[in-house]
Amino acid sequence: MSISEQGAARQDGTQQPATADPWVTAQRSPEFVQMRRKLRGFVFPMTAFFLIWYFLYVALAAFAPAFMAIRVLGNINLGLIIGLLQFVSTFTITTIYVAFANKNIDPPGTHIREQLEAGAR
Amino acid sequence: MPVVAQETGVGDPAVNMGIFLVFVSITLIIVFRASRSSRTASDYYTAGSSFTSAQNGVAISGDYLSAAAFLGVTGLIAVYGLDGFLYAIFAMLAWLVALLLVAELLRNTGRFTMGDVLSFRMRQRPVRAAAATSTLVVSFLYLIAQMAGAGALVALLLNVTSDLGQSLVITTVGGLMIVYVLIGGMRGTTWVQIIKGSLLMVTVVAISAWVLGAYGLNLSALAGAAADNHPAGQGLLEPGLQYGESTITKIDFLSLAIGGVLGPAGLPHILMRFYTVPTGREARKSVVWAIWLIGTFFLCSLVLGLGATALVGAERIISAPGAANSAVPLLAFELGGTVVLAIVASVAFATILAVVAGVTMAAAASFAHDVYANVIKRGGSAPNEVRVARITVLVIGVLGVLGGIGGKDQNVAFFVALAFAVAASANLPTLLYSLFWRRFTTTGALCSIYGGLVSCVVLITFSPVVSGTETAIFPTVDFAYFPLTNPGIVTVPLSFLLGFLGSVLGRERSDRRKFPEMEVRALTGTSTATGSPAGEMPETRVALDRSPARRPEQHY
Repeated sequence: MSISEQGAARQDGTQQPATADPWVTAQRSPEFVQMRRKLRGFVFPMTAFFLIWYFLYVALAAFAPAFMAIRVLGNINLGLIIGLLQFVSTFTITTIYVAFANKNIDPPGTHIREQLEAGAR
Repeated sequence: MPVVAQETGVGDPAVNMGIFLVFVSITLIIVFRASRSSRTASDYYTAGSSFTSAQNGVAISGDYLSAAAFLGVTGLIAVYGLDGFLYAIFAMLAWLVALLLVAELLRNTGRFTMGDVLSFRMRQRPVRAAAATSTLVVSFLYLIAQMAGAGALVALLLNVTSDLGQSLVITTVGGLMIVYVLIGGMRGTTWVQIIKGSLLMVTVVAISAWVLGAYGLNLSALAGAAADNHPAGQGLLEPGLQYGESTITKIDFLSLAIGGVLGPAGLPHILMRFYTVPTGREARKSVVWAIWLIGTFFLCSLVLGLGATALVGAERIISAPGAANSAVPLLAFELGGTVVLAIVASVAFATILAVVAGVTMAAAASFAHDVYANVIKRGGSAPNEVRVARITVLVIGVLGVLGGIGGKDQNVAFFVALAFAVAASANLPTLLYSLFWRRFTTTGALCSIYGGLVSCVVLITFSPVVSGTETAIFPTVDFAYFPLTNPGIVTVPLSFLLGFLGSVLGRERSDRRKFPEMEVRALTGTSTATGSPAGEMPETRVALDRSPARRPEQHY
């Protein structure tokens, strides 16, 4: 597998020696490095955001019940509204992530996979 | 309501079972049809990864939304109002952890079990043994909770209060479950979950629309009516009814919130569902389906919980058999009498049945694939793997029935809480480290799995759930040295810390060749199509990084 493999990897723009492991070569390719940076740059901050937003709700409910009890619309108080907003944010983040992954993860992922699998044949 | 006056139950037991029997008949036919193609390990464990994302999304919701969600969370909202709503919030929000950090990467690097992923770049045998231990503990706790719940449910719905009668029902549920999983494998189990998930969603949405319609589609009016019919009045809609008593209970609330949001993405039977679709992209799309369905479900649970309090009254719910768990059945009876109650009762039984089937499937796969094929047979040839899996199903089924019978008078919330805590503390930190941290080592993985597992069990044992309170398992003695009922606030950070220390302080280096492979596979999905699976290699490969020889691509 090695000859065609490295041919494919070279096209990928890497300067690995001929004996390099194809996985290592692929992992160090600029395309992969950029893809990983984009993915982590999205999912880590997004996870931090929704966890902070969630624990804000939990902390307010536990330690500021009077604030959460402020009524806004009839019997609907802030606690209920922030709780329902957790659902809204979940649906929104889901939708944004799908759009992000379709645009930034799937195309380079498919490209790298096709190169590796062609090389392995 | 003449029938309610019986005090022990509502509705007509025969009618309550009717729709359930139809469900059982239809699913059994499907399971027998599915059994024709359950021969290879891949067929048996993951239905050949042949489901679509939409099918899997519905199946995930069917697998995830247990009786604890359908009857438990709605009941907690009915009785504790806004404090109960936290359960709905974290149970849905947890799916973002699965979507953003776990589902695709797990699908791309594993094949059948959680152990596939955890052991990918580690020494196979110890890590697989640890992953299987944690999987079996979580699954077994979950199983007992569901089985025992079936016993409580029949007391409420079928008016069966005798020990023998309840044990008989638990045995029947266990028997049916064994048939599903033994014969249908993952394909049959998935169809059971798809049918049950659809039934559950339709039922819940319809009853919620009914309740909201009764209050002119006005949530404020519904909330007001619920507050009027609860001893706490407006306090029902404010935080603190369940956890507001003291600083300790507030920290307990926080601890519950931590375990609740991190647990689901570490539940083995949920993780295994991601393998039933062909690619990581499909796994992502299934989670998206699941999030919409599960989110809708828990929005409805708010309406159902408030509706039960508004229409039935909190005091009547608490004094009913099954207490808070009876909120939805009582609401259904109040709205539509015997027929609607029968629908809810049948869906509740279908829920228990589908969830125990999914859990047993995951436990059996982990034992046969991780323990038998990779620890005992050392990753060599294991032609009997599927047979071992089937035997494991039988054993787990029998143990689950016995555990359910033994646990039916216990506080089942204890088992669910412990299962979630172990999943959040032992499984999720190890999974995240494996997927994202280059320097994570075998020692680190063992530290975080066993550290999380043991600390959960120890803290729960010395918590008020087990002793020292009226509702404890041993109410007459007091060794509750740990004041919280939810251990997550201690055990989750502890497991992360142990995983870190084990990797940094341990003498071994992480496998420098396997991490690039794992990372490239995880992000690109390379080779899942031709099936070079995680960790089905012989043990020799594991012999660290020194050998320059590359493992050839393996095709299974």
